[in-house]
Amino acid sequence: MKPAPFEYVRPDSLAEACGILAADEDARVIAGGQTLIPMLAMRLARPTKLVDILRLKELKGIRSEDGAIVFGAVTRQVEVERSEEVHRRLPLLIKALRWVGHPPTRNRGTVGGSIAHADPSAEIPLVAVTLGAEIEIANPSGRTKVPADEFFIGPMLTSVMPGDCVCAVHFPVWSHARVGTGFHEVSARQSDFAFVAAAAQVALDENGRCIEAALGLGGVGDRASRVDVSALVGKEVDHVAIADVVRAGTQDIEASSDLHATAAYRRRVAAVFGTRALEDAFADARSQGGMVQ
Amino acid sequence: MKVKLNVNGQQREVEVEPRKTLLDTLREDFLLVGSHVGCEHGVCGACTVLLDGEPSRSCLMFAVQADGYEITTIEGLAPAPGELSVVQDAFCEMHGLQCGYCTPGMVLTAHALLNHNDTPSREDIVEAISGNICRCTGYGQIVEAVEFAADRLRKANAPKQGVLEAAETNTSHGGRK
Repeated sequence: MKPAPFEYVRPDSLAEACGILAADEDARVIAGGQTLIPMLAMRLARPTKLVDILRLKELKGIRSEDGAIVFGAVTRQVEVERSEEVHRRLPLLIKALRWVGHPPTRNRGTVGGSIAHADPSAEIPLVAVTLGAEIEIANPSGRTKVPADEFFIGPMLTSVMPGDCVCAVHFPVWSHARVGTGFHEVSARQSDFAFVAAAAQVALDENGRCIEAALGLGGVGDRASRVDVSALVGKEVDHVAIADVVRAGTQDIEASSDLHATAAYRRRVAAVFGTRALEDAFADARSQGGMVQ
Repeated sequence: MKVKLNVNGQQREVEVEPRKTLLDTLREDFLLVGSHVGCEHGVCGACTVLLDGEPSRSCLMFAVQADGYEITTIEGLAPAPGELSVVQDAFCEMHGLQCGYCTPGMVLTAHALLNHNDTPSREDIVEAISGNICRCTGYGQIVEAVEFAADRLRKANAPKQGVLEAAETNTSHGGRK
């Protein structure tokens, strides 16, 4: 359980980091290290170089923008949990975070790290896909933003190329007055990898009609995916409507089988948890009396 | 690579390979063997240390990454040689350990919890130690030990009975408005 030898570098700027990554395709970025170091210990990864970006000031912090909250890539998960602003404007991310590892790993683990690692069962990528977040990537020729849906390609596989470094994650904030959220997950043990996770966010108008609805599933297939629940928009939604939409949306969903759960189990639980997450989200939205954010 | 580490309040310099974890450095170079080697991939919590007061896994960090943090190991908790911290003492009193392998990690995690929450609920405690695996106790006595430590710390920090009333009387008579 000891990593293979590597070279350790701590660049002084993002540009320098990208330069090192571009020059050596076997170099890897390290930030919190909470998923990379276990992979190094088990020798599932054997990079030549570790490029430590954790202390780069330009990648730190939570910034509020019009219609979005932007997390610098090395923002630690615990900092997100403690942010009053995130509680208020991105409650879905807060609900998901308690399922991310354990308190000690959240003390070190970063938002960008979880995104870049792209575990199909990870919660932060699930919320990113559900809400349609954008991943900002820096490379020697500049910066680009990639929609979460295009960023995640498969298990531990993203659109990141040699020389690229995830530098920020932009989570959209819904401006509606009544926004509700729900999150459900099942795993073998507290905070272990999710067999199925479901994240939902909905918005209601003052008459209780649904204006916007989003549902995402993680752990089911080889990456987090969105379920089409647009049929709920414009309606006064009840239990039956939710169950119907989720059933239709998850019927032919791609699911993987492994030691822990079969594809059939994952598909069945996806439908149940998708329904529960949406029901929670609607109940949450209804409980809000129309306060403007 | 040379790295300067601040361990239990002492600055120490050490020459390490980049791949050497903080855990192995603490144990082999500083002989602080209270941080235990368990799974070595971040699952068991036996290697927990405090980084700037926050519990972290020392097996999930390389020594070369650890400069600039205040690192506290179990050896750094006791107020004086031969004494026990309140949490350590509570673990003894409530039989919060059997084989003792997980204990340093449990104690440090509990310390960090009680530092920012002096009235933790049972759920808070369970959540806080959810990343520390114990295969002996069944966790019951560990949770009780943390509750007991919290109670003692609250009482230690509260003004003694009568002091508050006396202070109030003083102010009302002293005429300070």
